[in-house]
Amino acid sequence: MVTTISQTDLDKVDDIIERSGSNPEALIGILQDIQAEWHYLPIPALKRVGQRLEVPFNRIWAVATFYEAFTLEPRGRTHFMVCTGTACHVRGAQEIIRALEDELMVEAGRTTPDGEYSIETAHCLGACAMGPIVVVNEEYHGHMSRRKVLDLLASIRERRGSEK
Amino acid sequence: MKITSPADLNQIAADFKSEISHYKCTVSVCGGTGCIASGCHAVRDALIKELESKGLTETVRLLVTGCHGFCQQGPLIDIYPGNILYCKVKPEWIPDIVEKTIVGGETIEQYMYSDPDSGKRIPSASDIPFFSLQNKLLLGKNPLLDPTDIRDYIASGGYTALAKVLDEMEPAEIIEEVKASGLRGRGGGGFPTGRKWATAAKLDAPDKWVICNADEGDPGAFMDESILEGNPHLVVEGLIIGAYAVGASGGFIYVRNEYPLALERITKAISQAREYGLLGENILGSKFSFDIAINRGGGAFVCGESTALMASLEGKPGEPRAKYIHTVEHGYHDEPTVLNNVESWGNIPGIILNGSAKFRELGTEGSPGTKIFSLVGKVRNTGLVEIPMGMTLHQLVNDIGGGVPDGKKFKAVQTGGPSGGCLPESMMDLPVDFDELTKVGSMMGSGGIIVMDEDTCMVDVARYFIRFLVSESCGKCTPCREGLHEMDRILTRITKGEGEEKDLDYLEELGAWMQSASLCALGTSAPNPVLSTIKYFRDEYMAHIRDHKCPGGVCKDLIEYHVIEDNCTGCTMCANVCPTGAASGEPKQVHAIDPVLCIKCDECYKACRFNAIGR
Repeated sequence: MVTTISQTDLDKVDDIIERSGSNPEALIGILQDIQAEWHYLPIPALKRVGQRLEVPFNRIWAVATFYEAFTLEPRGRTHFMVCTGTACHVRGAQEIIRALEDELMVEAGRTTPDGEYSIETAHCLGACAMGPIVVVNEEYHGHMSRRKVLDLLASIRERRGSEK
Repeated sequence: MKITSPADLNQIAADFKSEISHYKCTVSVCGGTGCIASGCHAVRDALIKELESKGLTETVRLLVTGCHGFCQQGPLIDIYPGNILYCKVKPEWIPDIVEKTIVGGETIEQYMYSDPDSGKRIPSASDIPFFSLQNKLLLGKNPLLDPTDIRDYIASGGYTALAKVLDEMEPAEIIEEVKASGLRGRGGGGFPTGRKWATAAKLDAPDKWVICNADEGDPGAFMDESILEGNPHLVVEGLIIGAYAVGASGGFIYVRNEYPLALERITKAISQAREYGLLGENILGSKFSFDIAINRGGGAFVCGESTALMASLEGKPGEPRAKYIHTVEHGYHDEPTVLNNVESWGNIPGIILNGSAKFRELGTEGSPGTKIFSLVGKVRNTGLVEIPMGMTLHQLVNDIGGGVPDGKKFKAVQTGGPSGGCLPESMMDLPVDFDELTKVGSMMGSGGIIVMDEDTCMVDVARYFIRFLVSESCGKCTPCREGLHEMDRILTRITKGEGEEKDLDYLEELGAWMQSASLCALGTSAPNPVLSTIKYFRDEYMAHIRDHKCPGGVCKDLIEYHVIEDNCTGCTMCANVCPTGAASGEPKQVHAIDPVLCIKCDECYKACRFNAIGR
C-alpha cells in the first residue's frame, strides 16, 4: 500500500480540488478526477482532500468505499473490465471472468502481483446489444467468449513481450 | 453568439441550413456505444480518408451520430437521400460504397440488411420490420443529427419549444399541458410528471431545483445513455422548460461515470447552450435565469432512488431516507426538487410544441406516448427500440426483435431490471405499459427487455439479480440488507442441488417481509426476480431441488457434459475448442468427454453444430 506521494502529485491533487471550487459537495467528482489520474485512489491523496476541504477523513473514506466506481488498489497496466449486466450475464459473462481469473491467476477486483494486469467487473457498460462486453483500457470489445478473451490476452502479452 | 430573442433562433437555423446546403449527400455513421464496440471508428476513419482522397468533402456531409438503434447489425451507415442502410460495415467496403452509392447513386446488395427468413435484401432502413414497426418520437432525429453541434439541433426545430414557453406561456399553462399529456415518469416509477411539477410549483421557497436522473443503473438498459449521446440538447431543453414551469433557479444532470461518451456529449451541449444564451442569465431575452451543473455518479444502483441520489449530489454516500415527506417538497438541500429521468425530460419539448392531444395519440389511456426499450439477450435483433405503449410483448420480442436466434426455444422475458420479474411465454400477449406489467408481478422499469431462451436457468437468473442487489444494497435497513443475503444463501444452495422444497415457501415469506418492511424501493422491489420466477417457473426450481438437474444447463454442480453418440459425426470441433483436452477423439469417430478434465466452460456445447453435446 502506498503511504506517501510526491509533492508534484500533491500539487495535482490540489489542482483537482481547486477546479471543483474547493466545494465539499463536489467530493465524488474530486475522487473521480483523482481516480482518472492515478487509476485508483491513493490514501495520501484522500488525506489531502480531507485537509483541503476540511472534511473529516472518515467521511472521505465512507464515500470512497461506498461507491462501486472507486478502487483503493492500483489497477494493472492492462485493465480488463468485464460487464456483468443482465444481457451479458445470460450470454456467458461468468465464463469470461472465470477464464481471465484462471489465466491471470488473480481474482476479479484484484491486480496481479507484478502490477501488469487487473480484472474488474462492472454492472453495465451500456453496450448491452453487443454482449458479452469486455473493455480493455477503455477499448470496447463486443461479442466476447472464453476463447476470444483469451486470444485477446495472448495478443496483448505478445505485444508486451516485443516491447520489452 | 448570444441568442436574445426567438427571431435570433430562426436566424441561426436559417444560417446553418444554408451553410450545409452545398452537401448533396449525407453519410451517417452510427457512433453509439454499441457500434463503437463493433468497430465503427475504423469505418469512420476509412470514410474520412476516402472522401478526402476522392475530393468529396465539399459535397458529402459525414456525420458521426448517436445510436440508430439496430446494434446487432452494427457498424451501421445510413446514406441520405434514400435512407440506404448498410449493415456490419467493414472498413474495406468503404471505397466501393463511396464509388457506387455515394457517387454513382446505386445500391449495393451484399451490404444491405438481409431478411433472415426470406433472405431478401432490403435497401432502405424504413422498410426493415425492425424500424418500420417503431414510432421514434425521441430517437427519430438521431441518424441525421450532429450531437456535437447546437446549431444542427436548432436547425431541426430545437429550442423552439423553449422559445414558445418563454414567449407566450405562463408556468401554470405549461404544467397544465404536461398534466393533460398524461406523461408518466420513464425511469420506472411511472408517477405522473405533471403532478410532480404542480406540487413543486405551488411551494414557496427561496430556491427550487430540477434534476435529470441519468444514472441509468438497470443492468441491460442503455436508452438514457443513447439519448444523451445522440440528442443531448433535447434533454437540456426539457430541463429548462421544467425549471421555468416550477420556478427553479438551478438544475443538475446526474450521469453515470461509466458512460464516458454520454458524459462528453452532455458536457459539451451544456457549454454550447450557455455560450448561446440558452442557459444563464435572462434566457432568450426573458426575465428567466437558470443554469445546469453536471454531477457524475459513482456507480451505485441505489442512487436511482430519489433521496439517495440527492444525498449523492451533496457529496455523501447514496443512502436513502424514509420518504414520509417527498423530495418534491424537501429534496436537494431540503428544498423543493423535481427529479425526472432522461427520457421523461426528453418528452417535454415535443409535448409543448405539438400539444398534449397529439402526445396522447400514441400509447394507451393510462400510459400515453412512446417508450424506449433496450431489447437484448437471446433475441435476434438486439438494439434500442421506441414503440407506442400498449404494444404486446409478443410484437416487441418477435415482430421487432425477430424472436430467439439459433433455433432455440423461447423461455422468458425479463422486464424492469433487478426490481422487475421474469414472464413466461403465456404472458406474451400482455400489452407493455406501466400498469399491466405491475399487475403480473413484474414492472416496466426503465425499459430493459432481456429475452431468455431454453439455455437460460431461471434459478440462476434469480440468483444473479439477488447477488446484484446484495452488492448494491446500501445496508441501511435490515430487511433489504439481511433479506437479500438470506435469499442468496438459499438460492445458491438450490443451484448446488442442496435445496429443499420448503425453501420455496421460505423464499416467498421472506420476499413478503422485504416488500412490506424495507426502507426504499430498492428493498421493496428486490424480491420480484425471485417471487416471479417461483410463480412462473416453479418446475425449474423443483428440477433443481428434487431431481438435482438444471434444465437450462447452467448450474455447474448439476450438469455433466457428455457426447450424444447418435448425433456425433466426429467433426473434431469440440476437441478443437476444449481448453483442457477433456473432449477428444479421432476424426470421423465418435468423440468423448473426460469428466475429470472437464471444467464445464461450455465451449464444446456452443461449438457443436450437430447437437451432439449433452449437459
